[in-house]
Amino acid sequence: MEIYRAHVLVCKGTGCVASGSEPIFETFQKEIQKKGLDKEVKVIQTGCLGLCELGPNILIYPEGSYYCQVKAEDVPEIVEEHLLKGRVVQRLLYKEPDSKERYRSLMDIDFYKRQKRIALRNCGVINPEVIEEYIANDGYAALAKVLTEMTPQEVIDEVKKSGLRGRGGGGFPTGMKWQFAANAQGDIKYVVCNADEGDPGAFMDRSILEGDPHSVLEAMTIAGYAIGASEGYIYVRAEYPIAVKRLEIAIEQARDHGLLGKNILGTDFSFDIFLRLGSGAFVCGEETALLASIEGRRGEPRPRPPFPANKGLWGKPTIINNVETYANIPEIILKGADWFSKIGSEKSKGTKVFAVGGKINHTGLVEIPMGTTLREVIFDIGGGIPNNKKFKAVQTGGPSGGCIPAELLDMPIEYDTLIQAGSMMGSGGMIVMDEDTCMVDIAKFFLTFTQEESCGKCPPCRIGTKRMLEILERITNGEGREGDIELLENLAKSIKASALCGLGQTAPNPVLSTLRYFRDEYEAHIRDKKCPAGACKALIHYEIVPEKCKGCGVCTKVCPVQAISGEKRQPHVIDVDKCIKCNSCYDRCPFGAIVKK
Amino acid sequence: MPVIKSIEELKKIRDQAKDAINLRVDNDTKTRVVVGMGTCGIAAGARQVMLAILDELKKRNITNVIVTETGCIGLCQYEPLVDVIQPGQPKVTYVNMNPEKAREVVVKHIINNQVVDEYVVPNI
Repeated sequence: MEIYRAHVLVCKGTGCVASGSEPIFETFQKEIQKKGLDKEVKVIQTGCLGLCELGPNILIYPEGSYYCQVKAEDVPEIVEEHLLKGRVVQRLLYKEPDSKERYRSLMDIDFYKRQKRIALRNCGVINPEVIEEYIANDGYAALAKVLTEMTPQEVIDEVKKSGLRGRGGGGFPTGMKWQFAANAQGDIKYVVCNADEGDPGAFMDRSILEGDPHSVLEAMTIAGYAIGASEGYIYVRAEYPIAVKRLEIAIEQARDHGLLGKNILGTDFSFDIFLRLGSGAFVCGEETALLASIEGRRGEPRPRPPFPANKGLWGKPTIINNVETYANIPEIILKGADWFSKIGSEKSKGTKVFAVGGKINHTGLVEIPMGTTLREVIFDIGGGIPNNKKFKAVQTGGPSGGCIPAELLDMPIEYDTLIQAGSMMGSGGMIVMDEDTCMVDIAKFFLTFTQEESCGKCPPCRIGTKRMLEILERITNGEGREGDIELLENLAKSIKASALCGLGQTAPNPVLSTLRYFRDEYEAHIRDKKCPAGACKALIHYEIVPEKCKGCGVCTKVCPVQAISGEKRQPHVIDVDKCIKCNSCYDRCPFGAIVKK
Repeated sequence: MPVIKSIEELKKIRDQAKDAINLRVDNDTKTRVVVGMGTCGIAAGARQVMLAILDELKKRNITNVIVTETGCIGLCQYEPLVDVIQPGQPKVTYVNMNPEKAREVVVKHIINNQVVDEYVVPNI
């Protein structure tokens, strides 16, 4: 085989493809060909590296040089300087936001140094479309070990002992789920992978499917062996075209290599996996709705019990696990439950992947040991809040979760601590908010989402969330009434207690948690008709501070409705009746003379 | 594509494929060969030297060696320069390399661990 002296890894995850990594990949191939380096330098597409904000991302080995925000025009320079002459292109290297230093190697960067990558172990390291690269990194070795050295019960015991809990939201112990399905009576059983990632801002499952699809296939096959199933289904959103394509390629390759299908690795065990595409209904991430959708019925939840472990897909015993949960399985089998359970904290083992977004410097994907504090994730790894703004709260758990205030920044991230704080682990969305975010508005945003996604089957969710949303709308419009807060709390409690599925039961959480920590903001909206963060349009007006205004005229030029007037070099004034509150003048004033009140 | 029928076959594929991604892992434990590729080095034929090193490594199926380039370090008169850095050992610099000498260095120094004294940089 050919030996290459350098590997150029071009990220082809969704984030980097969107910022233009495909033409870069092609230009690299062309330029390398042109310079006659094609026998020495190999160009490889890979999955998400995590720092999506700085994409398109390029890694060059053996140096491990990490280039970010690369453009196709930069490629000839990288080829000429780095690959031909060995001179790293300094100006394109990653640099920390608060220092001038540029880092030569990916692993020297704070963002990566503090992470522990288990579920993301192969993302950004291997080419997801080449099964050999997965096998080279011990891929399918766990399956081989399971099929030849372990009984199904031993596999389940190992997963139980590891302490792995579901990474999709609920946090149910994975080993116990497998045990229930293994114990259930039935001639046919199924293994299902929930890849219907729907939380706004969460994209860890997509990145695993795009960057390391074989890890999920391998884990599902192991699960099939453990519970005695011979078929598996991956329910993935159709909005993830790259993930779907890579899964299709991976399934095809695994079948060709005899790693899926009849008599896997020469044993008696047979297992195959099929894809089912979801159409983007949030409720289909709920397990019973998901099963209904796979069966071709309307994606609506049903009451549990019976749980899917006893009566699941087509009425047969079924296990449903999330993508990230599966991605941990091969490592647990290979390195052992003891290794895994040493990582993380006492009640939450292993690592968790978070999609960090919002008002933060490094938007992207991070995998950290459980028990890491929120402060470490947001400030040390995430690089803190941009534009010197103050941290206000972090939202975890998506529309089912809650907002955690600054006082709790030093709280370790665990399933139970998050629930105590009124939020939840959820699938791992983490949205950071600064002082300009209005907490009532945020609660309204999430409730708008769940209200729209409510399937309408049960009245508490269908009608209750609608009423809550109406109250939030009137509060943010300055029409809040005394008693609204109590009404919200009452409704929230009733919905939580009576909704049919997880969607409805958790929908009030964003409201409840913001009420718990930011009740004063609600009161300011209702009593003083003010939005302290200056975000709710109906409650603010713009003013010019005469002492700060130099009369430069920038604001009069950007105002789309000619609401600002004044003589040159004299303080200007805003006509509040004409002003449409578009924020343009506020953004553009060079002296900070415009204020929101 | 071959069907993998046993664990032995899986291991065989893994070992072959390991070489393909080897360059991306554990790079601090590998021997590094650094070829001077400044203008002076290129003019003196550093490119042919590097190609010879790569070819020799490939012929002998050696994968735990990294070959990289560097810029001019000031000894232009002695180019092409080649550094061999083994983990835990001091750097050895070879001067006035050509493809034949480079192949010799690969065999004697990198494979058999014997520094080729006659090509090493003189005390100047």
